[in-house]
Amino acid sequence: MCLAIPGEIVEVGADRPDIAKVVVSGVKRSVNIGLLSEPPVAGDWVLIHVGFALSKIDEAEAKAVLDFLEEIGQSYEDEVAALRDSRIE
Amino acid sequence: MNDATSAAMSTRDSREQLVLDRIDRVRRARPRVREERITLAHGSGGKATQTLVEAIFLDAFRNPLLEPLEDAAQLDLGSTRLALTTDSFVVSPLFFPGGTIGDLAVNGTVNDLAVSGATPKYLTAGFILEEGFPVADLTRVVQSMRAAARVAGVEVVTGDTKVVQRGKADGCYINTAGVGVLNRPGQLGVATARAGDAVLVSGPIGEHGITIMLARGELDIDADLVSDTAPVNDLVAGLLAAVPGVRALRDATRGGVATILNEIARAADVAVVVDEDAIPVRDEVRGAAELLGIDPLYVACEGRIVVVVDGAEADAALAALRSHPLGAQAAMIGRVKADPPGLVLLNTTFGGTRIVDLLVGDPLPRIC
Amino acid sequence: MRFVDEYRDADKARALSAKITALCEPGREYKFMEVCGGHTHTIYKHGLEDYLPEQITLVHGPGCPVCVIPMGRVDDAIHIARQPGVLMTSFGDMMRVPGSGGNFFDSNAEGTNIRMVYSPLDALAIARHNPEQQVVFMAIGFETTAPSTAMTVLRAAAEGIGNFSIFCNHVTIIPAIRAILDSPDLRLDGFLGPGHVSTVIGCRPYEFIAQEYGKPVVVAGFEPLDILQSIYLLMLQLVQGRAEVENQYSRVVPWQGNLAALRAIGEVLELRPYFEWRGLGFISHSALRVVDDYAAFDAERRFAVPGVRVADPKSCQCGEVLKGVLKPWECKVFGTACTPETPIGTCMVSPEGACAAYYNFGRFSRQRVREASAG
Repeated sequence: MCLAIPGEIVEVGADRPDIAKVVVSGVKRSVNIGLLSEPPVAGDWVLIHVGFALSKIDEAEAKAVLDFLEEIGQSYEDEVAALRDSRIE
Repeated sequence: MNDATSAAMSTRDSREQLVLDRIDRVRRARPRVREERITLAHGSGGKATQTLVEAIFLDAFRNPLLEPLEDAAQLDLGSTRLALTTDSFVVSPLFFPGGTIGDLAVNGTVNDLAVSGATPKYLTAGFILEEGFPVADLTRVVQSMRAAARVAGVEVVTGDTKVVQRGKADGCYINTAGVGVLNRPGQLGVATARAGDAVLVSGPIGEHGITIMLARGELDIDADLVSDTAPVNDLVAGLLAAVPGVRALRDATRGGVATILNEIARAADVAVVVDEDAIPVRDEVRGAAELLGIDPLYVACEGRIVVVVDGAEADAALAALRSHPLGAQAAMIGRVKADPPGLVLLNTTFGGTRIVDLLVGDPLPRIC
Repeated sequence: MRFVDEYRDADKARALSAKITALCEPGREYKFMEVCGGHTHTIYKHGLEDYLPEQITLVHGPGCPVCVIPMGRVDDAIHIARQPGVLMTSFGDMMRVPGSGGNFFDSNAEGTNIRMVYSPLDALAIARHNPEQQVVFMAIGFETTAPSTAMTVLRAAAEGIGNFSIFCNHVTIIPAIRAILDSPDLRLDGFLGPGHVSTVIGCRPYEFIAQEYGKPVVVAGFEPLDILQSIYLLMLQLVQGRAEVENQYSRVVPWQGNLAALRAIGEVLELRPYFEWRGLGFISHSALRVVDDYAAFDAERRFAVPGVRVADPKSCQCGEVLKGVLKPWECKVFGTACTPETPIGTCMVSPEGACAAYYNFGRFSRQRVREASAG
């Protein structure tokens, strides 16, 4: 039961505090934010599932994963380069 | 990997291949409609529609002119060759961003004629109206048809009107039939596709279908999207004049580009291999499709064509398409190969490969 | 698309793939199970298996909450939909699941009014705007979706909406995993934990897998790189002789879960003593129902449902596919009698099911494609 996608909060409801507007790739949708432990603010990213925000996306953690992947990518490129260079000799 | 493991794996591969072959035989068997009643799936352009058409309609009406099941029938009347087509329009809502049911009714039929290589000339217009339907709305629909016909260069020359009781016909249903003149030698048709051909699309996909889904208002999604409904006869004429090696053209409507690709693979018994990265999709279509769990490849367009052309002329074809406003974002999305026949394969952005099969019915929003 | 595209980078995938391959012991085969339909879908949709060495097999477990709904419950839903004045609402995934007499589309062809919705809140809105109709929401899903159902019931109660009820078919993931682990014919080396279920239940519930069964678990995200990285982390655990629960999807999954969501579930729903899972049989404490305090919103109490148990067809081998013992194409009826148009069992029923995913996305010979691409 898994289709949940990241969206950016652009507006938290003035009259309805449990509703916010999120944007996904230029497309806007209302979501219920009642399941979040802290109310989000515009600019936060949340995970959306069947009209509810399930979780706030932790940008630091996201960056950590990307850094790990970047490093793997870099060391892989280094190895490929080393392999390539060793052939020339 | 040692010998025992690799031997085990190759036995596994050959057992898997036996199963794949068996499935292939089942898929090619004579179609049968299993259901006792028509369901919505039969109308969505996917497998269920295909089975219905083949098992019920083709079976009853079978003749050589019908069998190709192309977008229009190609009729030889001695000194003249004509293309004849018909289409019915039952869209809801009737008015949506980018157009109305009237626009679809004109453009849809014009396009079916255009992709057969014909010059569209005359349309019929049959209306089924629901009791209680506002005359102002009917006028609006008809005015949009007039404007669309003018742009497309066709005339509505005959028609019909029926009224049914309140509760039927969802406001207004329209049927249009169209006649066009074929003066191009030879016949366009997906069955002529062969290995080495290139597959092109004239612009970004999925705009109409997503626009309609959002316009129904049930999904609470706001996007800056309009239907791509447009008459493509001018675009097609330019392409055919510039590039004689075009083998087939198809109007990507219900069932989306994926359905056309499968029709090519099936009719010509070839493989169609497309690259995910090469398929033009607008960000908003991608975003809405991701939110709903739908694949844009299966979403209807109403003003996009798929072109199968000899590989050597792919660049010329692209240039011809791009020189027209409707084809500004035309792209080459893939190639025809000999193997594996009957299948459409997608090379994902990610570098893997998967099949693109026909859906049974409409793409349903996933939550899972 | 942010937080999506970065995790679909092909170069990084190749790098991860090389690292994973480097960790494989020559001659040894590895089997990892993922218990989430979303993972099955991603793996097939992006052709992820092309990035894994042949020694690694991904087995698709019972992670599709749509697929595991028994035919009898579909029949019950249709029975409710047939009652006068009932407008049934359902997620898209559920519309084609066959009961003993057909699916929701077939049922509509015979006169019921079963409409597709994207959110339980949409169903509630329909109830609000149609006071003369009895609106029933077919609630399905694991713990990912149960909080949304619960919140909707709480909202309905707060607004005093009397014409709304839910037909609760929520299931819970842990008992299913235990059933898999206890199955004698299974040899697994590790688990990819369901990322979105974990945003609600957290990571602690999987600790028994590592502690009692000695298998590594990595809670995985849904983008291709998430899954590859998770497999890499599983391999690392195996090579280093560890069996722990790790959280790869930390950008979204909090270790302790979502307390507000768990509270909402606890307020409105409770565990049933047992529930039948298509393909797996009866599993105790594996599904949810509405508590007495909210009985007014329980469709099972509002409408008497027949509750007839319908056995799976004899030819169905879903149980073995779900446990990873059989691959989809190894099932006797795969692709012939059992296809996406004519699904016999749970694995073919929803696009996330292992058989459907393989049929729709993976049903081709990689060997021939490689040869064809070379030519």
